[in-house]
Amino acid sequence: MTKIIEPSKQSNIFRRPSSETGIWSWITTVDHKRIGIMYGYAAFFFLLIGGLEALVLRIQLSQPDNNFLTAAEYNAMFTMHGTTMIFLAIMPISAAFFNYLLPLQIGARDVAFPRLNALSFWIFIFGGAFLYSTFIFGTAGAPEGGYLAEEVGWLGSAPNGGWFGYQPNAGMKYSPGTAMDFWAIGLQILGIASLISAFNFITTIINMRTKGMRFMRMPVFVWMTFAVSFLLAFSLPIIAIALFYVTFDRKFGTSFFLVEGGGDPVLWQHLFWLFGHPEVYILILPAFGIVSEVLPTFSRKPLFGYAAIVFAGFGIAFIGFGVWAHHMFASAISPVAQAGFGLSTMVIAVPTGVKIFNWLGTIWGGKLKLNTPMLFSLGFIGMFVIGGLSGVTHSIVPADTQQTDTYYVVAHFHYVLFGGALFGIFSGLYYWFPKVWGKMYNESLGKIHFWLMMIGFNLTFGPMHWLGLQGQVRRTWVYAEETNLQFWNIVVTVGAFIIALSIIVFMINWIFSKRNGEKAPFDPWDARTIEWTIPSPTPVWNFSKAPEVRALDDFWHTKYTEDEEGRAVRREETDQILLDLEEEGLNPSEHIALPNPSYFPIVLASGLPLLGYAVIYKSIPLAFIGAVLLLIGGFGWGTEPLEEEIHEDSDE
Amino acid sequence: MITLYIVSTLSLIIVDNINMLVKNIFKLKNLRYFLLIFLSACIENAPLDSLSPEGPYARSIDELFWLTFWIAVVIFVIVQGALLLSVFVFKEKPDSPEPKQIHGNTKLEILWTVIPVIILAVIAVPTVRTIFDLANEPEDALKIEVIGHQWWFEYKYPDYDITTANVLVIPADRPVRLEMWSNDVLHNYWVPKLNGKRYLVPGQTTYLNLHADSPDEFWAQCGEYCGLSHSKMRGRVLSLSENEFQTWVKNQQQNAIQLEGNSLAAEGQQVYLNAGCTQCHVIDGVWDVQGDRIAPNLTHFANRNVFAGAALYNTEENLSKWLANPAEIKPGTFMPNLELTEAEINALIAYLGTLK
Repeated sequence: MTKIIEPSKQSNIFRRPSSETGIWSWITTVDHKRIGIMYGYAAFFFLLIGGLEALVLRIQLSQPDNNFLTAAEYNAMFTMHGTTMIFLAIMPISAAFFNYLLPLQIGARDVAFPRLNALSFWIFIFGGAFLYSTFIFGTAGAPEGGYLAEEVGWLGSAPNGGWFGYQPNAGMKYSPGTAMDFWAIGLQILGIASLISAFNFITTIINMRTKGMRFMRMPVFVWMTFAVSFLLAFSLPIIAIALFYVTFDRKFGTSFFLVEGGGDPVLWQHLFWLFGHPEVYILILPAFGIVSEVLPTFSRKPLFGYAAIVFAGFGIAFIGFGVWAHHMFASAISPVAQAGFGLSTMVIAVPTGVKIFNWLGTIWGGKLKLNTPMLFSLGFIGMFVIGGLSGVTHSIVPADTQQTDTYYVVAHFHYVLFGGALFGIFSGLYYWFPKVWGKMYNESLGKIHFWLMMIGFNLTFGPMHWLGLQGQVRRTWVYAEETNLQFWNIVVTVGAFIIALSIIVFMINWIFSKRNGEKAPFDPWDARTIEWTIPSPTPVWNFSKAPEVRALDDFWHTKYTEDEEGRAVRREETDQILLDLEEEGLNPSEHIALPNPSYFPIVLASGLPLLGYAVIYKSIPLAFIGAVLLLIGGFGWGTEPLEEEIHEDSDE
Repeated sequence: MITLYIVSTLSLIIVDNINMLVKNIFKLKNLRYFLLIFLSACIENAPLDSLSPEGPYARSIDELFWLTFWIAVVIFVIVQGALLLSVFVFKEKPDSPEPKQIHGNTKLEILWTVIPVIILAVIAVPTVRTIFDLANEPEDALKIEVIGHQWWFEYKYPDYDITTANVLVIPADRPVRLEMWSNDVLHNYWVPKLNGKRYLVPGQTTYLNLHADSPDEFWAQCGEYCGLSHSKMRGRVLSLSENEFQTWVKNQQQNAIQLEGNSLAAEGQQVYLNAGCTQCHVIDGVWDVQGDRIAPNLTHFANRNVFAGAALYNTEENLSKWLANPAEIKPGTFMPNLELTEAEINALIAYLGTLK
């Protein structure tokens, strides 16, 4: 009999939400696991949209001088593809992992600020919806004085200045209409979401670790979450300010980036990439963390060079703030700056290499179980190495001036962010699937997914290196037939559709296994970290009593000892320990007080898009309603206790 | 798949080289076309190919690229080899023993930190040297101003008082120094066979050196996304021998002549003067511009083999398409549809053909 305390129904202003099932329980939840799941589904939804946008781009480029899309539509599609994949797919899917796993891996019941966590999620949802409402409300057109042969249409009325929004092209004069305002303000709102969760995770990691979970006993995934949170906290304010400048330039006649008013368009590039390069590590470090969990488990060996991997991660995060101008080698910067940033870019390859060698050291001499999560992690290493090596060629500044702004760069960062980040994410999705759903995924479908994606991915992005070196520039709506680029463009398009097919296989596997999959034991992988000591699916209260950690990979050492040769030997008492753990995990012996659900995070978050519309349409009434919602949310939140008092009668 | 990737990349390189052999030794054109059917893009020289340099600047970049490339290939083979090897060797088998629990090795950590540092240091030296070499202003270089417009490049020769567009004419065997800026948004000037890219920034001047080995025609392309017709912002670079270059300069310095009489071309001149073209375009000796000089100078239009930002070849067919509705070809263009009749268009084309 569980003894969860019934929450008091009476809050001081509104009646407190109390449903435990149904839609309202999800809307008002502050449970990190539910928030993580919602983050995951929302991000996957946006991943599908971003993927569709990519397919549309690829159809357009499959033939020279194609007219499947108009220029306006093509520009809108590549802008939205990049923006969606970075801000609405990869970042939030990483947030899904952080949310779900971070408390479990450090032995906590929840994050430090559960309602802030919910707020962060709802701001992300409203931010994404706000950005995508551009397809309904947004307008775009030719630059001031220019002509278009046909109407822009709904597809072309999305932001069209690129995900990097270079000024002055993304300014009002050259990108008239409201589409780029949706982009700037949408990113601003999404940035708030990430900033809030960054502080939440930092606080959680510092304060909520269970007994004995010293810093150097934390799983690498927690370390990477820590690093990413600091990166977010330091880099997002930069882009926030830059986006405010853009919005002021566009809406209120300032000229931060406009030459005619004394501004400087290159300043935008510096600000954008000073955020944008740490952003790359924000996208890839979570995958580093996931892979560092998966490889040791399925090699049945501890992570090789734990400390080196942790410090390399922080080294990357730190140096990541000193390499931004390598995105601008062809821009207006001096040879001295080129040399400096070229060298710093080379330096960042060193800690990255350290990580890769340590992963290889981990699998070397192991007993490798090649199931789906392991295949994705191994694939991650292989693909990420290619992306890393082509990254080093960018630090060779003169060579980069040939490669920059071509498909070579597109190939490079897709090897990093797809072959790297996304492969790592899929690895994690399969690895923790049993913990989240209490069911096993289908291994054969998982392997089909892996191989299809591996083939599709390399067909899509491998030839892009070649296309770029042969002169196909980025963001090109059409290419001339005489450039002789058609053959590989067709291959690339075919590859993109194979990726799409692999995603369908993944979805079938997910839906089928979640419903009818085999029941998962609580430790299906014979894993190493403490999230596997609790039942699958994770109970609402996570740990029935706070675990005590005595070592790195504590769970493994509970189960195994070593013989004289240093080989793992299962302890005699292990079976009994596991039985006890399962029994205890399902039947907590102490009272557990969980944070109560709340309406206020979603109320507060709903004010932000209204404020966004208010800026775009310069509407005082909208601003007023938005501000009122913010105030109601904030006031209600402030006067509502996190956990309601325990009532005697609800205790059995 | 990784091996497949290596094999496909290597086979590309091999096929490319074989084709060069075939071309150079046997000159078997038929075989070339036969291969072309299979691997058209990778064997036929692409006009924007950055891997076939035809000038000293591009060549110094190319050398650096290949140095890095081969080092990268070695590292690639080692790492992917180690990955595949460990997968095959340490794959779980029924009789696999439990692995030894090794937590790390400090010597190895130092080793794989130091070795990459040394390799990078080796690459860094020529990189830094080349950066400064490329930035230096060459002696006795010809100065040319490049001005970026949405979506075409304008060229001015201050020494000769010439203004032209789309086709950059340079002397072969002499370096040129481009002084560049933009009239509107960011652009990026790129002639892959002659040098790397450089941005054109409004309000600032940037510099780029070009030097061609021999008289030839090269393609240029705007690299930076600059709005609707970014992909059609192209160009040509024509390198001429010193004599031909001087002839070209003399020709460019001449004004156009006012046409008299009843020829079709003279009719076209009337259309040019009355339909609104003079709002933006200049034909020296005929009519100066009335508004801002935001459009290409047409004085020697017929001398250039491309127009409309080098998106179209200078043919009668293309011209009539363009004049009928410019935005159809270049979305967002600042050239309006003047609703010309077919007769007017034909007359205009005849007139433009006289502007040699």
